[in-house]
This record gives sequence, C-alpha cells and structure tokens, in this order.
Amino acid sequence: MATSDRIRTLVTDNEIVVFMKGEPAAPKCGFSAGVVKVMEAIGRPYLGVDVLEDPFLREGLKAYSDWPTFPQVYVRGQFIGGCDIVREMYASGELQALFAAPAAGA
Amino acid sequence: MAMDADAIKARIEAALPDAEVLMIDLAGDGDHWAARVTSAAFAGQSRIAQHKLVYAAIGADMGAALHALALQTFTPPTH
Repeated sequence: MATSDRIRTLVTDNEIVVFMKGEPAAPKCGFSAGVVKVMEAIGRPYLGVDVLEDPFLREGLKAYSDWPTFPQVYVRGQFIGGCDIVREMYASGELQALFAAPAAGA
Repeated sequence: MAMDADAIKARIEAALPDAEVLMIDLAGDGDHWAARVTSAAFAGQSRIAQHKLVYAAIGADMGAALHALALQTFTPPTH
C-alpha cells in the first residue's frame, strides 16, 4: 500500500489520530507530550502513532498534510493542526465542541 | 544543528514584510523557540493557513535544522 493510502486509512478508520514522536505513554518531544496532555483532558479514545518508528510514514505525512513538523492531529480524517493549534482550540473550547455531538456511526 | 533567533526572525520578515516577530527561547538552550508573529497577511486565514505561511517563510529548515517552533499568530489591531 502506498504511504498516502496507509495514512488515509489510518485517519479515516480512527476518529482521532495523533502522529507524534514517541508513544502516548512515553512521548519523546515536549510538543508531542503537550498534545497527549490535551487528549487526556478530552478523554476520548485516540490512536497514537510514533513516527520515529517509521521514516516512510514520517516523510509521507509531511507531504500528506503539507505540514513540516510533529505532532500532527487528525480528527475524522481532517488535519486540525499541531501542538499550538490543538492547545489553542482546547483553551477556546473549539476542540471540545468537535466532540460534543456523538461521533457519526458511533 | 540549530537556527538562531535572528535567522528565524529574518526569514519570517523577508516573507511577511509587515510582520512583527517576537522570539522566545523556551529552554534557554538556543534550540527551542517560540515565536509570536503579527501580520496583516494572516487576516481571514484559518489558523492552519496562518501557521503554514510562517513555515513556508522558514523553508526547508523547518522540521530539520529547526526541529520545532511553537507558534502563535495574530493579525494587527484594526483600530
């Protein structure tokens, strides 16, 4: 499967995907740790993917989302931003609002 | 490898000439930067688009020599 197809499958099969450095239990970058904290606060199941384990995925994601850094957060197939944007969205309540309605198909 | 604050600031200002850029050294090690960027170029753009403008200004070093940059973007007050 092409990397872009793998990414599309990951982000459409999971409501929330965090592509990060390290695993959620052991982030290897402060910005990734920041997103994990926000996700814990949201309390919604999410898939954490360690891009350091997969250089093809890491480079593929940069092109797929047209975004040069990690973490990258996807909600229902849509790239919503990196650590700063996700933190801002949490602070403003926008992120919580995304999950206020029941997930489609849930 | 790292990028210093002046180099980062200069690239942002070259791409967004009206930008006001404030650099903050997050860890005190000259390698973990936060930037507050204010520019009229951000008006009407989504936050993702605003951040992409800054990343594009920094160019290929973003995510490489500059491994991460905490970013806040603002538009200038209009009064």
